[in-house]
Amino acid sequence: MTDSPYVKHHGGDMFEGYPVDTANTAGDQVVTNYTINFGPQHPAAHGVLRLVLELDGEIIERVDPHVGLLHRGTEKLIEYKTYLQALPYFDRLDYCSPLAMEHSYVLAIEKLLDLEVPARAQYLRVLFAELTRICNHMLNIGSHVMDVGAMTPNLWVFELREDCLNFFERASGARMHSAWFRPGGVHQDVPEKLLVDIGEWVEKRLPELFGDAMSLVIDNRIFKQRNVDIATVSKEDALAWGFSGPMIRGSGIAWDLRKSQPYDAYAKMDFDIPVGTRGDCYDRFMVRVEEVYQSAKIIKQCLRDMPTGPIASLDRKVVPPKRAEMKSSMESLIHHFKLYTEGFHVPAGEVYVATESPKGEFGVYLVSDGSNKPYRCKIRPTAFSHLQAMDMMSKGHMLADTTAIIGAIDVVFGECDR
Amino acid sequence: MGHPAPLIAPQSGLAAALKALLGKDLLAHDFAADEDSITVDRDAIAAVMIALRDNLDYQQMMEIAGVDYPDRPERFEVVYHLLSVTKNHRLRVRVSTDEATPVPTIVPVWPNAGWLEREVFDMYGVLFAGNPDLRRILTDYGFQGHPQRKDFPLTGYTELRYSEEDKRVVYEPVRLAQDFRNFDFMSPWEGADYVLPGDEKAGGTGEAPGKGAPTPMTAKEVKAADDKAKAPPPPTPKTTEAPAQTGAGAKANLKAAKTSRDGASAKAATKPAKTPATTKAEKAPAKPRAPRKPKAAKTDGGDA
Repeated sequence: MTDSPYVKHHGGDMFEGYPVDTANTAGDQVVTNYTINFGPQHPAAHGVLRLVLELDGEIIERVDPHVGLLHRGTEKLIEYKTYLQALPYFDRLDYCSPLAMEHSYVLAIEKLLDLEVPARAQYLRVLFAELTRICNHMLNIGSHVMDVGAMTPNLWVFELREDCLNFFERASGARMHSAWFRPGGVHQDVPEKLLVDIGEWVEKRLPELFGDAMSLVIDNRIFKQRNVDIATVSKEDALAWGFSGPMIRGSGIAWDLRKSQPYDAYAKMDFDIPVGTRGDCYDRFMVRVEEVYQSAKIIKQCLRDMPTGPIASLDRKVVPPKRAEMKSSMESLIHHFKLYTEGFHVPAGEVYVATESPKGEFGVYLVSDGSNKPYRCKIRPTAFSHLQAMDMMSKGHMLADTTAIIGAIDVVFGECDR
Repeated sequence: MGHPAPLIAPQSGLAAALKALLGKDLLAHDFAADEDSITVDRDAIAAVMIALRDNLDYQQMMEIAGVDYPDRPERFEVVYHLLSVTKNHRLRVRVSTDEATPVPTIVPVWPNAGWLEREVFDMYGVLFAGNPDLRRILTDYGFQGHPQRKDFPLTGYTELRYSEEDKRVVYEPVRLAQDFRNFDFMSPWEGADYVLPGDEKAGGTGEAPGKGAPTPMTAKEVKAADDKAKAPPPPTPKTTEAPAQTGAGAKANLKAAKTSRDGASAKAATKPAKTPATTKAEKAPAKPRAPRKPKAAKTDGGDA
């Protein structure tokens, strides 16, 4: 027993009687928040994203995303190109779902021209837009699971992505930058064998391989620990922050432009809209997984119902004639020459056309002054709204959750930075 | 069946509802290509947005776009695209501004307006009063100018490269090996509405053609125009036949005549310079020169 005033031995509060340590004594460290750079060269940043993170220990206090490192001035370039020359720039926006980018643009032109598109072209566009959706989700699902630690599923779903790219190549000649959707329809008809192969693929290979890969992930304990209850977004927040696509559906709002504002042949398609219940990263992931199956369902309907007929409008003031026609018809030759030099003129006016791209609402605000070049072409990227909400979503989470959050946003910088 | 673009059912009674809700802040409402657009008072934009969100159920603000119209007194248009997920309808809201006048921010109404306003500021230089973080967003750190303005060149002003000497990226003024080719497709042949000769009664407005090739002229008109355009005959060329005609004036001519061996010309030169130089020039060659004596005779004589 000592008679030190600091030590008391009784059964009550252990610290009772101890002096309260208020001031810093010598040797104590004041712990302040510190700021780290995440990216722009980081494998989990999905491109060139620079995040300035303010951390309290390992807890995120503030996120300041710096975007624009891939800014190429697409909108400015488009103002100097004819309507047709501007089309390939859209492939290079979201290079993971190129045809979905073209889709908004060609629909905007067709709306300004009030141009009718033959049924076969509409079905072909829907078919390939859904293949693009599968292709995009394969990349996102694969990289999301890899960001949180799984390797194998990524390799398996990349097999499927490779199949999709081969289909694009067989349709358009290019694996990624297809430039296959054209104002008035599509560029070329597809070979019959390609449709047969897509049918077999979607019937057999896709569900088997994708089902196998997902069986490794969706009930996996580690995967759930990394995603469930991470970055929960309420319905109100999702609306206020301008979320769209799987992000808003993950929060439980059944909003899909293919259903609510149907374009092309979507009005004739029968499919369901998957929604989440909690609005966390796991829900967003699962919405995408289910969307793959729904896309497969749409593809099957397209293949079943696709009519024969022209694959592009027969309005020769917009759509160039076939090569064979040009050999015998002077008028076709003139049309071809005029369309590939001067291009077509679009009546003055402005439209905002948004489609359901795999990442969300991808909009094109097209202002025409009646000439052969767009006066203004504003592109509404999906990533802008989602990435902006990074600060709101990651506040209070651990640093390691950042990768899961970015993965669930599904951000591609070609589209975000334009 | 029309175009295949997204179908949006028009809202009946929207015009009246907007008028009742916004009152004098609503400057214009038009409906074109199945899309509703309204122009509102710039200073009231935040209140208008709150009213549209809370009373007309436009829950989402999807997009803010800037547009540059250099001919207008207020050259910039800021265009907001709203979406109602309950009514399934889109609405476009426009305000206009210039380089100096700020637009009130709508960040308190929709938080995602923050980046979108930053983008319009970056691209056009439109200021947003009250935006908590009005930095550039898409362009480079330290970038100058607003690239989406119509008077900003497509190629920009600076380019960058990695310098092997400095071991870093350096910025330099743009040097183009070839100019950007911009073809003017506004052809004068396009839609020329001139009246063909002899076809005046066939139709048309009968007014002078606005553009295109002019109506061909008749032969008489051509001749008259040719005569009119005929240039006056050129002045007779000035010649200097004699040394006295220096062309430098009477005084100089006189002086030259004194030193001249040609007496006759010298006399003529002493006359005051009232007569134009041309007459002198015409006269001078009229007087034949004395034939020269053959030189050979002289030399022969010398030898002998």
